[in-house]
Amino acid sequence: MRDKNRLHLVHDIGAKPSYEYDLRSSSTAGGILPLELVDIGYEVAGHWLLSEINLKIEDDRSTIILGPNGAGKTLLLRICHGLLAPSRGSVRWQNPSMANSASAQAMVFQRPVMLRRSVKKNIEYAMKVCGIDPASRPHQLAAALEVSGLEKHAEQRATHLSGGEQQRLALARCVAINPMVLFLDEPTAHLDPTATRQIESMIGSLRDSGTQIIMVTHDLGQARRLADRVVFMYDGKVLVSTEAIEFFNNPRNPEAAAFLQGNLLW
Amino acid sequence: MSTFSSSFSTAVDLVLTANPELAEIVFLSLRVSLSAVLIATVIGMPLGALIAIRRFPGRATIATLLSSLMGLPPVVLGLIVYLLLSRAGPLGEYGLLFTPTAMVMAQTLLVLPIIAALTRQILADLHQHYDEQFRSFRLSGWKGIQTLLWEGRFSLLTALLAGFGRASAEVGAVMIVGGNINHVTRVMTTTIAMETSKGDFSLALALGIILILLVLSVNILVSLIQAMETET
Repeated sequence: MRDKNRLHLVHDIGAKPSYEYDLRSSSTAGGILPLELVDIGYEVAGHWLLSEINLKIEDDRSTIILGPNGAGKTLLLRICHGLLAPSRGSVRWQNPSMANSASAQAMVFQRPVMLRRSVKKNIEYAMKVCGIDPASRPHQLAAALEVSGLEKHAEQRATHLSGGEQQRLALARCVAINPMVLFLDEPTAHLDPTATRQIESMIGSLRDSGTQIIMVTHDLGQARRLADRVVFMYDGKVLVSTEAIEFFNNPRNPEAAAFLQGNLLW
Repeated sequence: MSTFSSSFSTAVDLVLTANPELAEIVFLSLRVSLSAVLIATVIGMPLGALIAIRRFPGRATIATLLSSLMGLPPVVLGLIVYLLLSRAGPLGEYGLLFTPTAMVMAQTLLVLPIIAALTRQILADLHQHYDEQFRSFRLSGWKGIQTLLWEGRFSLLTALLAGFGRASAEVGAVMIVGGNINHVTRVMTTTIAMETSKGDFSLALALGIILILLVLSVNILVSLIQAMETET
């Protein structure tokens, strides 16, 4: 099993306590990866919103799913996380029983869902239901508050926070749970540049700590900043799955090239 | 006008001096209504939660039935309970007719649809909001229900108070199944009806004042709870 105390409090006498991630090798999420999607299809009222999706997500640290609106990115993410069952095909984790445990994978939604209680209690609740060891909870809570910059708001009601702060709290819950794989569905879609930068910084920290990031976005700049690997979707199909550098520098697929150039796709 | 003034003055006097007859009626009323609300809560809240969250055959029919029963006329309900408890009825052997227990039964059946239907509505809205997040947390059904009940606690309290308001102000059902027997089943609403028909308004007005104060208190409590929910 993976070490649940990956976040370590570092005390420097005379200085403000700070937290740092004990950076692990990229095999941290290897317990449940690769994630393999085999011939996935999703049908609604006779219309196939996803079809013929065959994809293998290795332990690449950060996979960004790109594509225009209606490409099926969010749908695919929900199927990967188990929120939706595909109409056809199968989702295969390396270790299914471990992958389906509450602390193995987490998801941050486009609009964060907060319980009507304080920031601190939201994080504590997530740790409790995800089965985090009670002894390590105070430590994980402190780390999550520190990383998210929400210490000052710890006792404030979560629903009273701004949109950006709520999204940071949603990520803070993930920091506290410390999942192997984190799914993010356009987490900065409604945020201003400052809040976006803070969220990206948190995502980067999680990625660096060994959590596999699988994120949906249609923000090219964000994809360039965060991606190690890019999956490009269009019209319910995966057209490209490649290294981020290759995707951005040498897009071989015509739709992907058009998308990168800002052309309209239909 | 002078009749009203003198009756009102006597009524206030009865209230201020805590007249024993008045007190007995008020306490029985509260005992019956609070018992009914308690039983209806124990049955109605899990029932409402179940209908809100679980998918099963007949779910929509039960939800519609509950909503319809919210407007059930108390006299009709009283009649049904009367027939059930009368000597010739299926529960006649227990001798419950014209007892406070019969009144509690009638009021429970009256309040149960209100509490269950409001609980269903409150929790269904919350469930829609939290469903994906809970499934992301891999929460089991019961843990999810527990969290929803806690998240909706202020709204659910409002549902309880609505049930209590309905029970305490009801007259038709308790009159039929209780019989308005002095010192046994006489409650505030049945006394008001009886004293008014006798033309003796003092006691009726005194009880009316208490009922109004009770309803006002319930409404103030609801407002306070809602304010608390907004602030916390």
